[in-house]
Amino acid sequence: MTTQKLALKVSDLSKTFPIGGGLFSKPKAGVRAVRPVSFEVPEGETLGIVGESGCGKSTFARMLVGLLEPTTGHIEIAGKALDNADPAAFGRLIQYMFQDPISSLNPRKTIRQIMEAPLKLLHGMDKPQRDARISEIFASVNLREEFLERYPHEFSGGQAQRIGIARALAASPEIIILDEPVSALDVSVQAQVLNLMARLKAEFGLTYLFISHDLAVVEAVSDRIMVLYFGSVVEIGRAENVFSAPKHPYTKLLAGSAPVVGRPLTAPESAAAELPDPLNPPPGCPFAGRCPRVTDKCRAEEPPLEAMGEDHFAACFHPL
Amino acid sequence: MTAFLKLLFRNRLAAMGAVVLGIILLLALLTPVLPLKDPNITNTGDRFARPFTEGYLLGADHLGRDQLSRLLYGTRTSLAVGAVAAFLAAFFGSAIGIIAGYFGKRTDNILMRLIDMLMAFPYILLALAIVAALGTGLINALIAVAAVNIPFFARNIRGITVVLAHREFVDAARLAGKGHIRIILTEVLPNVLPVIVIAMSTTVGWMILETAGLSFLGLGSQPPDSDLGSMLGQAKNHFTTHPHTSIIPGVMIFLIVMSVNLLGDGVRDALDPRLRSGALSRPLPVTNVAKNRTLPAANPEAPLLDIQELETQFHVGDRVYEAVGKVSLSVKPGECLGIIGESGSGKSVTALSVTGLVASPPGVITGGAVRLEGKDLLSANYETLRRTRGNRIAYIFQDPLSTLHPLYTVGDQLAEAIRVHDSRVSKSAARARALELMKQVRIPNPESRLGNYPHEMSGGMRQRVGIAMSLANEPDIIIADEPTTALDVTVQAQILSLLNDLRRERGLAIIFITHDFGVVAQLCDRVAVMYAGRIVEEGPTQSVLDAPAHPYTKRLIACVPELGGGRRELAAIPGLPPVVNDLPPGCHFAARCDKCQPECKVGYIPLEGGDKRTVRCIHPEEVLA
Repeated sequence: MTTQKLALKVSDLSKTFPIGGGLFSKPKAGVRAVRPVSFEVPEGETLGIVGESGCGKSTFARMLVGLLEPTTGHIEIAGKALDNADPAAFGRLIQYMFQDPISSLNPRKTIRQIMEAPLKLLHGMDKPQRDARISEIFASVNLREEFLERYPHEFSGGQAQRIGIARALAASPEIIILDEPVSALDVSVQAQVLNLMARLKAEFGLTYLFISHDLAVVEAVSDRIMVLYFGSVVEIGRAENVFSAPKHPYTKLLAGSAPVVGRPLTAPESAAAELPDPLNPPPGCPFAGRCPRVTDKCRAEEPPLEAMGEDHFAACFHPL
Repeated sequence: MTAFLKLLFRNRLAAMGAVVLGIILLLALLTPVLPLKDPNITNTGDRFARPFTEGYLLGADHLGRDQLSRLLYGTRTSLAVGAVAAFLAAFFGSAIGIIAGYFGKRTDNILMRLIDMLMAFPYILLALAIVAALGTGLINALIAVAAVNIPFFARNIRGITVVLAHREFVDAARLAGKGHIRIILTEVLPNVLPVIVIAMSTTVGWMILETAGLSFLGLGSQPPDSDLGSMLGQAKNHFTTHPHTSIIPGVMIFLIVMSVNLLGDGVRDALDPRLRSGALSRPLPVTNVAKNRTLPAANPEAPLLDIQELETQFHVGDRVYEAVGKVSLSVKPGECLGIIGESGSGKSVTALSVTGLVASPPGVITGGAVRLEGKDLLSANYETLRRTRGNRIAYIFQDPLSTLHPLYTVGDQLAEAIRVHDSRVSKSAARARALELMKQVRIPNPESRLGNYPHEMSGGMRQRVGIAMSLANEPDIIIADEPTTALDVTVQAQILSLLNDLRRERGLAIIFITHDFGVVAQLCDRVAVMYAGRIVEEGPTQSVLDAPAHPYTKRLIACVPELGGGRRELAAIPGLPPVVNDLPPGCHFAARCDKCQPECKVGYIPLEGGDKRTVRCIHPEEVLA
């Protein structure tokens, strides 16, 4: 890992959303959607990011591509620091693939118009160059060129998602963030898209950040996996270890909750368990309220992310 | 475009408006070349000449000017002023609305408060103030009318832009390097343009009327020029003695405004996608059942619920979508039957057909029977069906937020569900029963949760309320349509174990619709796999999952990644399911199947097999006993 070039370096990235406050008054409070996060992604890696709704996955991803200005922290992509939230500057280095393939395509534009925008605006290509590049990309994602003159509503989810990939590729980025790229697709189609993305990664030398709530899918495509809970990283490690030998009790709960053929149905925890209130976060570990191993220390202090085995980190005072 | 015109003219009133407006516009355009008298030449000898007298088709006014000529020239002016005012109001109003909606936050706040101030004045007062400040005259009246109508556009367009600005394609455009102005012009504007056109078409008549009003008060067009309003204004003193001078311009204003409004409403109805899809037409309370449907004989064993050769279709225009084709399923008390399939496989339509909940039109049940303890529900009258819904057969849907009413507390909604089916239950008893139900679905602190509104609860808690609601009248059967798809895995596990406990404790029969094999494996006793509207395989869950007989089942299971396998290539099924309005003969899966033979693509392939398991395949993966 040390010899490899870093694709992405994030230090102390956090986001607090102001709440309340009117035209002239200052915001009353803030919701900490993402607590300070630091990590590195070497070039060519797929980092899986998992977590349940409200854990800050999407806020985090939107900060990485410059759609949202971070409250604190720095982002460095391929050695270049990106501190101004300017999507165009980010766009050449990092692209985003959206969850809903249809709603990420403007219904009133042809696919060609959608594909041309990044080539024209980010790379200043002229018309013949653009046409050549679009043909090249469409060939890589197995789409026919006649699709270029059609409108988004004429496509199935799987096709639209491939158009989404094609658009992200058009910017020739170093990194692509895949935000739940297959959760809107049927199982029989999702593997088509995932396998295509794996091939493109090798072909174009890309680095992926793969966000999903589906643990099995994340495990199948990732090199390393990062588990988020309530805006903070609770565990990060090699894909083959994180779910099979979790260190954090939350990761264990997640892995145990996924329905698996051949495992009997048991309630993994009491029904009273709910996420902590983001407006009034408890002190200490955010998982303390649901954790079977909780002690007084957990309720008072926030556990730091510590090394637990090779390339495996967890934020827990009482790891498994 | 032709489709739009067809749709527009199907509306008789809109067509009539278009014809009347067309004639008026044509006349107005042709006015300068028509053989008319000069509208401003006075001839006091012919004052108040009656209509149809020599030389004056529509008579003359108080100065002996030709009414017909003045009317046509006045119409020209009024139409032009109305149209320009509408355009100006739409332009500035939409610009403010788009900017406020797109940038949001402080920009939005300031702009909208300014618009609110503008709206706080009665419109005529505001128009008078503007004319007073600028001086009288037609152009100033036009500006006043346009200014008064800016808030209407600004507010409408802002609302739409706010929604659009948060759509993912706007984010995508920013990442493609587009700046704010470019995004507004090329991404947002094309999507709001239809709304602007609709709003303009419905307000242009109103603006003509307002300009006429100002001219009537003498603030608009100045003599000797005339528009329809000033004609009326000048005629008002002679109304009792020479009514024709008032009636003629009055009728013209009426015709213009009426025709514009009828046409505008027609344009709105034809362009609005919700109206076009028929979503606003009210579906019938019960799905239509074809009169000539084949009614299968009752099964002598009479299971609790027996779906027999059910066929449900959607008739849209001249296309027929065969959503459900000859589906037969049954459940016993305490049994959980899983229906698994991908989107469009017909699993939800099957479930909704059971109690006639498929929206009709376009849905029609064209064949089969649904027998509850031997009695066919499809032939039952509405009252029987209504009592069955909720009372005997209850549903749990995917998104509890959209099935719960946002303005009532969950306690009130639970109590209502109880009292609707048994009005003898008192309010306090219903409340107590609601509390008991909340306890049964293991909602923590049920007493305080009764007073919560749906938006105050988390997704998992809301789905518990949804389940509590379905249990309210102690049904025998619960049909759960993807109840955990919108939930997180840890919450899903809780809901599944809750459903499992409930059926064991109360002997509930559950039909569980899902796309997730893991869920089926954990909860269901038997499973039916659906593909393109048909059941392709059915049998005990364990045996189907261990040894799938249909190639589709086998390959679908292979597509589902399992946790603990590490990094790997995933299996996929190439191609897409067929569209159900154009189903191929033979096996529906043939085109994607690697075992496909020529005989797979002809005739009807029946569901065959032994006592326990059946499969619809000529070359099954497993030979079924």
